[in-house]
Amino acid sequence: MSEQVVPVKTYVGVFVALLLLTGLTTGVAFIDLGSELNTIVALTIAVIKALLVILFFMHVKYSGGLTKMVIVAGFFFLALLIAFTLADELTRGWSPQVHGWGALIPVVHGWF
Amino acid sequence: MADMAVHHAQPKEFQHQFEDMEQQRDAGTFGMWVFLVTEIMFFGGVFGAYIIYRSLYLPSFEIGSRLLKVNFGATNTVILIASSLTMALSIYAAHINRKNLQVMFLSLTMLLGGIFLFLKFAFEWTADYREHLIPGFGFIVSPEWGAAGSHVPMFFCFYFFMTGLHALHMIIGFGILAVLLVMAWRGRFHSDYYAPLESTGLYWHFVDIVWIFLFPLLYLIGGRYVIGGGH
Repeated sequence: MSEQVVPVKTYVGVFVALLLLTGLTTGVAFIDLGSELNTIVALTIAVIKALLVILFFMHVKYSGGLTKMVIVAGFFFLALLIAFTLADELTRGWSPQVHGWGALIPVVHGWF
Repeated sequence: MADMAVHHAQPKEFQHQFEDMEQQRDAGTFGMWVFLVTEIMFFGGVFGAYIIYRSLYLPSFEIGSRLLKVNFGATNTVILIASSLTMALSIYAAHINRKNLQVMFLSLTMLLGGIFLFLKFAFEWTADYREHLIPGFGFIVSPEWGAAGSHVPMFFCFYFFMTGLHALHMIIGFGILAVLLVMAWRGRFHSDYYAPLESTGLYWHFVDIVWIFLFPLLYLIGGRYVIGGGH
């Protein structure tokens, strides 16, 4: 479990990977891939960097299931927070014209 | 009597409510992660607000993003990642019972954290102030920004609030590291007991992760490739 000693070369390897990814994400920002693709690439690299830090620097790779569950639950609720807020905000333009029950009268008449 | 014998075999930092040191360590790590989850939600609220307003005022946010100093942002990212490495190595130094290495790596972590804050406040924010980019402190909306200009101050409110909140966490971490440095100097940490180092390390790495997301969100995704838009 957390007793395991992580070798120095693992730390240094992760550090070098994080530096390369920082250089990559900064460099890509100066290349026009289209606004959406640029955003996706930048955030994908950020997620990979965060995973490297969480798994190795924060020793989660070597932690027990309880710790892993807490972390997954934390990010799950963050995803809920953002997803539900966006689901509200981005769909406000979708509201249909509301006619009330009266709109059903011609439909109901058609049945008889 | 058998219990007594077991307890005598434990290091002096062992707390009697735990079965053994491993359980004590895991309980500490678990507790720290529960705290960090509340921090994820705390920062999550700000990130959520940023996402909403960016989707509402995308052109303004892109203009604001291009006005940030990407060189400082990238340099500070590298500095913070390096400070995470030295933090992790200070725990490794405790694992192998090397007091001087612990002191050295903790000092380096504080030094790198200090450089980060110094660059941020003394250079970056100062330059922003001179360029009239701080809302409430003589912000000037440039006519070059056109119709999107009216919401550029909104971007800068997010920028200063998010980086300020992050900097506040770093200042708190800096203070905790100062306490740890004294404890390490006094030889408190060894291979059987380094819980304060481990918990502080988790906090420090968490602050690093927040920056890993702030850097692209604030500095990069505004479209650096637009000619004449960079700094």
